[in-house]
Amino acid sequence: MPERNIASHMDRALQKYGLLIAFAVICLILSLLSPAFLTAQNGINVLRQISINAILAIGVTVVILTGGIDLSLGSVVAVTGVLAATLAHPGAYPLIVPIAAGILGGVLIGAVNGLVITRFRVAPFIVTLGMMTIARGGALILSKGRPVSNLSDAFNFIGNGSVWGVPVPVLILAGVFLVSHFVLRQTTFGRYVYAVGGNEEAARASGIGTHKIKIACYSICAGLAGLAGIVQASRITTGQPNAGISYELDAIAAVVIGGTSLSGGLGGVAGTILGALIIGTLNNGLDLLNVSSYYQQVIKGLIIIGAVILDRKKASQ
Amino acid sequence: MEPRDCILELREVSKDFPGVRALDQVNIQFERATVHAVVGENGAGKSTLMKILMGLYREYTGDVILCGRPLAHRGVRQALDAGISMIHQELMYVPHMSVAENLLLGQEPASRFLRRVDRRATHRQTKQLLQQVGMDLDPNRRMNNLSVAERQMVEIAKAVSYDARIIIMDEPTSALSQREVQRLLALIAELRSRGVTVIYISHKLEEVFEIADTITVLRDGRVIATHAKNEIDANRLIALMVGRELADVFPKRTYEPGADMLTVRNLTRQGVFRNVSFSVRQGEILGLAGLMGAGRTEVIRCLFGLDTYDEGQILVEGQEISIRSPAQALKLGLGLVSEDRQITGLVPCLSLGANITLSHMNRCSWGPVIARRKEQALVKRMAAALAIKSSSSAQRVGNLSGGNQQKVVLAKALLGEPEILILDEPTRGIDIGTKAEIYKLICRLADEGKAIIMVSSELPEILGLSDRVVVLSNGTVAGQLPREQASAEAIMHYAMARGTATD
Repeated sequence: MPERNIASHMDRALQKYGLLIAFAVICLILSLLSPAFLTAQNGINVLRQISINAILAIGVTVVILTGGIDLSLGSVVAVTGVLAATLAHPGAYPLIVPIAAGILGGVLIGAVNGLVITRFRVAPFIVTLGMMTIARGGALILSKGRPVSNLSDAFNFIGNGSVWGVPVPVLILAGVFLVSHFVLRQTTFGRYVYAVGGNEEAARASGIGTHKIKIACYSICAGLAGLAGIVQASRITTGQPNAGISYELDAIAAVVIGGTSLSGGLGGVAGTILGALIIGTLNNGLDLLNVSSYYQQVIKGLIIIGAVILDRKKASQ
Repeated sequence: MEPRDCILELREVSKDFPGVRALDQVNIQFERATVHAVVGENGAGKSTLMKILMGLYREYTGDVILCGRPLAHRGVRQALDAGISMIHQELMYVPHMSVAENLLLGQEPASRFLRRVDRRATHRQTKQLLQQVGMDLDPNRRMNNLSVAERQMVEIAKAVSYDARIIIMDEPTSALSQREVQRLLALIAELRSRGVTVIYISHKLEEVFEIADTITVLRDGRVIATHAKNEIDANRLIALMVGRELADVFPKRTYEPGADMLTVRNLTRQGVFRNVSFSVRQGEILGLAGLMGAGRTEVIRCLFGLDTYDEGQILVEGQEISIRSPAQALKLGLGLVSEDRQITGLVPCLSLGANITLSHMNRCSWGPVIARRKEQALVKRMAAALAIKSSSSAQRVGNLSGGNQQKVVLAKALLGEPEILILDEPTRGIDIGTKAEIYKLICRLADEGKAIIMVSSELPEILGLSDRVVVLSNGTVAGQLPREQASAEAIMHYAMARGTATD
């Protein structure tokens, strides 16, 4: 029966490419409404604007895939930004030092998260909620409550420079995306991440060190948050202890819109990037159309809910 | 048949899933006050059919007609209100809630105004309902603290509690001992005399012939035949189910045991099992028999590093080792096919192929990177060896039939080429055709020199395959029997011996 085949083909295509189609539709509508939208410069703007959030979102995707969550992202951005900034004064240390310190600082925080979650069996929500406050406190202590300024040109280049017309944060994002996509899809570690999220007991019975995997995931997530913290501090050329407030919510929103399931085992970073793009494009388009940012927030929330509903429908097939 | 005798009818019912046609124009008529069995191989469509009746699947073509009126389900509530209740093959319960809370879920006795739950009435009604199925459980116990058999009995009590006109039972005896099975069959006979229609899905043909009035055979989603019990015999039935004649189910073997592979000495886990000792040799199939709750699964969980034990030794090839994790057990050459595939066996969101390779990814990877082509080849080989039916190796394992899922768990264990293979209820919920395949496989593995420990509650399986039988009772070894002395009576005699693990 040919009609049935066409309908089921369309259905399957929608399931696989639904997000891409939604993104294309949004771009189409915005380009019709605003002539400034579909330009190369604007495209680069959008990418630059979403870079930090997208890096955070990719990091937390890894954690969400194991069935966990990380609410401390924003605070990690702040504390690693401050840490990097204090080591980035002109002539103090070679550039590699603040960068390494920022990322490793994040990794350490993530490892602590992971250890407490696995050894003491405390819910990730609670542990990372606590860490959110602890890291924020750490940022304030390190910076003595004041922004850390006077940073080297090399450091400031990270957040503000461009290479061949492409902003450095976008290049960093591209690198993070390619590496994480490869690791999740093509390595045994990635397979184990999905297994732990899909059924932790079965993963354990398969000989997988589930504790080790989880700790690694939280370390990667916070490490990437550390990277984001460096980019952020560089962008505003200041280590700001109050940076990153509610960044974790935007990151998780991108993950959810991108189709990764909050219960673990399903999804990936490709969807997350699309999710971040959709949010970013909408923000950008609505700005160009002079829509108030208050309305933008409402729209964003509606899209998140809509995305989850669609996701539920997909899952129940 | 008079229209008034026909209580439920399926007309031209079809259902598709992505990639597979689960039901193809099924026509069945169920009569009042009969036990109507539906039999068929793996993936024949039995569970799918029942889920449609129960309102769990709402998208299908064709008609379901109840007492002359078409039934358009909007969900399970409507099915229950229409007088249909079901006992599922994959048990559906809320693990953290108590027996009482689960049993009366959705029909709690509550005050009319505020809907406040009446705890004493709940407790009383639960005890009554449990007694109806011959169970004496504390209604306050948490569901996940019960054994699989106890959970199944609670599920049965729950289905009966709805006072339904039609009760669907999907593999209700898969986790039950002989004693409990007889109790259930007596209950079904009593329900029939009360005018209830029981739709009975089972692979256990002895039960089907004992209790059913009518038998319908499904194969590949189609109705092959419907017969009254006295019109057909077991062999003809199997032929219809499988589409071909089957020779003896249990293969003949040459039993030439080699060296001791695994020895257990005085293994003890406080309050669970005590002083368990046995050994299994190369080329030997050791059957672990006993009633539900005797401690067999608990013992092998310790062997595989899933649980810890308090006293005793485990020796592998003569060396004493302390197994602390499944990863270690796998490295030592052990393989496990666990009892509860949904919990310990499979990751449902991963594909068939990913599940099969999960324990031994080092066989298809270059360091940390997955070698896709090697993985595909391995999966293809295993799937062919075990005749796993699916549209592709990328199919989500959660969409497969129960029997195919079990084969995936087997394939996963065999991929590591274990020297010692532990099987816990390896053919639970599997049809006769696939069972025969798995028995052949087990015997071949033993002939190749593997040591096999097989836990089973199906006596025909234990008697047909084991070279030696160890019978556990209440956490202790009640007896050991070589094949010549093993009989159903002897095993049951040991299985019901007195004595507890806390003595």
